[in-house]
Amino acid sequence: MTTPSRHPGLNLGRAHPEAHHACEGLVFGFWVFMMSDLIIFGLLFANYVTQLDALAGGPGPKDLFEMKSAFIETMLLLTSSFTYGMAAYCLKYRNGRGALLFWLVVTLALGLSFIGFELHDFRVTIDKGGAPSQSGFASAFFGLVPLHGLHVATACLWMIVLIVQMLVYGLDTGVKTGLVRLGLLWHFLDIVWIGIFSLVYLGGLA
Amino acid sequence: MTLTHFLDIALGRLDWNALPFWDAIQTPDTLHIVNAAIVTAAASLVVLGALAVVVLLTRHGKWKVLWSEWLTSVDHKRIGIMFIVIALVMLARAIIEAVFMRTQQAFGLDGGFLLAEHFGEFFTTHGTIMIFFMAMPFLTGVINYVMPLQIGARDLSFPVMNSVSLGLTAAGAAIVMVSLVLTPFSTGGWSGYPPFTESSFNPGAGVDYWIWAVTLSSIGSTMTGINFAVTIYKERAPGMHLFRMPLFCWTALCTSILMIFAMPPLTVATALLALDRYLDFHFFTQDLGGDMMNYVNMFWLFGHPEVYILILPAFGVFSEVFSTFSGKRLYGYTGLVIATMVIAVLSFTVWLHHFFTMGQSPNVNVVFGIATMLIGVPTGVKVYDWMLTMFRGRVRVTIPMVYALGFITLFVLGGLTGILLANPSIDYQVHNTLFLVAHFHNMLVPGLLFGMLAAYNMWFPKAFGFRLEERWGYRAAYAWIVGFILAFFPLYALGLLGMPRRTVSFVEPAYLPWTIIAGFGALVILFALFSLAMQLWLSLRQRHANRVPVGDPWDGRSLEWATPAPVPEYNFPVIPEVFSRDAFMREKDLGQAYQRPAEYRDITMPANSALGPILTATGFLMAFGLVWYLWWLVLLAGGVSIAALIARSFVRKTTRIISAAEVRETHEAWLRQVAETRAVKRDQERDTSNRGLPAAPVSGAVQ
Amino acid sequence: MSETQRQSGVVDDKERRRELGSYLWGYGLALALTLPPFALVAWSDWPRVTLLWAIGLCALVQVVVHFRFFLHISLARQKREDLHLILFSTLILILMAGGTLWIIFNLYGRMAPAMLP
Repeated sequence: MTTPSRHPGLNLGRAHPEAHHACEGLVFGFWVFMMSDLIIFGLLFANYVTQLDALAGGPGPKDLFEMKSAFIETMLLLTSSFTYGMAAYCLKYRNGRGALLFWLVVTLALGLSFIGFELHDFRVTIDKGGAPSQSGFASAFFGLVPLHGLHVATACLWMIVLIVQMLVYGLDTGVKTGLVRLGLLWHFLDIVWIGIFSLVYLGGLA
Repeated sequence: MTLTHFLDIALGRLDWNALPFWDAIQTPDTLHIVNAAIVTAAASLVVLGALAVVVLLTRHGKWKVLWSEWLTSVDHKRIGIMFIVIALVMLARAIIEAVFMRTQQAFGLDGGFLLAEHFGEFFTTHGTIMIFFMAMPFLTGVINYVMPLQIGARDLSFPVMNSVSLGLTAAGAAIVMVSLVLTPFSTGGWSGYPPFTESSFNPGAGVDYWIWAVTLSSIGSTMTGINFAVTIYKERAPGMHLFRMPLFCWTALCTSILMIFAMPPLTVATALLALDRYLDFHFFTQDLGGDMMNYVNMFWLFGHPEVYILILPAFGVFSEVFSTFSGKRLYGYTGLVIATMVIAVLSFTVWLHHFFTMGQSPNVNVVFGIATMLIGVPTGVKVYDWMLTMFRGRVRVTIPMVYALGFITLFVLGGLTGILLANPSIDYQVHNTLFLVAHFHNMLVPGLLFGMLAAYNMWFPKAFGFRLEERWGYRAAYAWIVGFILAFFPLYALGLLGMPRRTVSFVEPAYLPWTIIAGFGALVILFALFSLAMQLWLSLRQRHANRVPVGDPWDGRSLEWATPAPVPEYNFPVIPEVFSRDAFMREKDLGQAYQRPAEYRDITMPANSALGPILTATGFLMAFGLVWYLWWLVLLAGGVSIAALIARSFVRKTTRIISAAEVRETHEAWLRQVAETRAVKRDQERDTSNRGLPAAPVSGAVQ
Repeated sequence: MSETQRQSGVVDDKERRRELGSYLWGYGLALALTLPPFALVAWSDWPRVTLLWAIGLCALVQVVVHFRFFLHISLARQKREDLHLILFSTLILILMAGGTLWIIFNLYGRMAPAMLP
């Protein structure tokens, strides 16, 4: 039978006694923070739904959204969740720092391209007359989706900081616990994105 | 670049109009001059107060002590004390504002002496301060100080984050204080409803001050909530099962869970309002598809759990007070715990009763009305449990008990008016009147404020090693009770007579007798504030006579009383093991208190960090820059914040060691003192022979 | 190598394969739940309501998949406080988001029928 889990996300386990111990409180705290953040997203989703018809004569979802870029963004983020999982796997089983670094850099690249596509998307939306000053609907869209993007950007910055720390200090407890928490954030952001592509993009284009 | 262009960028929209007396220079009639005099006096107090602090610190050479032992400290006890200091300063300001408002209404028939705008600032700052910068810091401070001691922990789970929470709260409070000097503040009330607070109606800096002050505080409180909850779940001493925790810890846990889940809606509401005002979004505007009801809904999604965030810790304090000063175990512990949890969950199901009259169908109103009335049930359970705790106990009417007895009587009355308001059809009659103002003050003054003042009187000796002076303490307590009754019971009558809340003046003579009584009540409350100040002042002067170094002046029941007063930084030389509820009382009962530990070990404590004070400064500057459109300052302060956070993540030496030898020396010295001290019985509790060592219980009964 | 070490090595190896499998399964399942909704919206001519139901269902299942395979949360193995937290968060989320929709659309029904979907 497998060992019971001490906290959400990947448990580092016996091979990393110090970090595993340090993780219990830290990861629980971070997970609580994620749940608090979840409420923020939940409310913005609810707000978005109530503003769906607040078009004020401006363009609606069918005029503004593009299926193709939403699809590309979804694939980028989903794959990055998988590659982060690979990184965490390498961390736990000590597959060498090179492998860990490789998966982290791949994840970072996917995250950054996601942000790139998203920024491009926002520009197109605004060019099509969907700027937030246009209507309640556009405001609700720009209140919800860019906040997710901002989270991804913060997570990318955090990843860069952790990579630098790894190069400076090696894989010490601080870096390990950081990577475990960043993993929670990364997977959490992908879950929020499921809501965004389903409700905002697919729901809007259906 | 020309000079004016440079000034435009450097000063944003800050100009002469921001000075509190500028208005009166433009329109020099009596009314404007009186109002300008009031505001300028207040502004001068802020500036002179700040200067006095700087001068005193410099003259006594205390800057270094302030920095290394207080501001950068991550000790939960010092952070708790700093939270309470903020709360007391802000309490003084908000009470003085309340006195101005009551005086205005006492003279308010056909006029008065305050401008409507100025009155609007008064009720907005009064509400904002009392909720976010008095109540929240006070309860956060008390939990910070007491909870880790009660569960047998050395500190919170995230000590540096605790210091950052303090910093953000302080920055928000500073923003409210600065708005006295560079005016105006918002006139939109503490709830800041749009569209009145949108830029189309309120383009000035006032609402922006409110938004950023509240946002800073709500982010700080979210982090505090996370910190407390994780601490209670993960840092309890061995044997301290959840159901062995003192009730105060249970209320702290439920309050922190409420903070974690109820602060986000506020953050969202204020952030979206800021987007509307700064970037021309249309969430809550009147035109282009905005819907202000979304704001109202989100605000009260926060607002209702918030009142239980405020009241639950006070319930916890009163539970400790009733059982300690009745010399009995708390009656119905399990019932109280369950009632607390039920209240916490139900508090998320009632928010609509704050806007019964805003147009939804009766079915919706009925659901929320019934849910609201249901909260009366667990609260009633608590009241009976407290009364039964006193029943056949040996009740000592100490200062905390005066507050507690005042609370239990007045709070039940306030609760009954709450049941009235929970009925939508009655709410339609009295909504937006002073009846409502009377109701929520009736809950929060006896509930929250009496609770916090009781806590202040009860745990002050623990924190500073001497008891508070008693004569002025009693005067303060009685003045609070009498002043509250005089100031707020007339408002019920005024509300039923139809006087709207937030009214600067009126033309109905029937209101006048009531507003005069209420104004007189406000003066009694002012006397209560004065008494609190006198009490503190005399306590400081008599600190040697009232010392309680052994640390247990009230014959306490939980673990915090097992430590010296003041408590050493590491709290416990050895983490205690817990075998039952009322852990310390059990030790005393079995004659096992004040034991010498078998062995001393090195203690690892979190090291000081400058992150808290840095984020205080940058948080304040960012908010200030946003208010006055000083974009360079916003970018600068924001950049420094991010850099500081990243730099902190590179720090690897985050702990320091206190050697076993040092712990042994301190602890043995204290044990010697315990051995030399004469134990006192309860009837000597309040005189100078009380050195903090109670006579041992005899077959479970306090002596 | 002592006996206990060898045993823990065996357990680790099992856990290692299980965790690698978890990520692979997760990725596969997530793809299987992402691609159909996109395809349906792009190419099918299902009625809008059916489409929305299908999208919603896939999204819900995918959230569970992510929790299970990426965040390693299973109801059986979690610590008590983690479980409390997840269940309580779900409850609050439903109360807040659901309550908001109920209240606001009820208001629309009475005051702004044009805003109803």
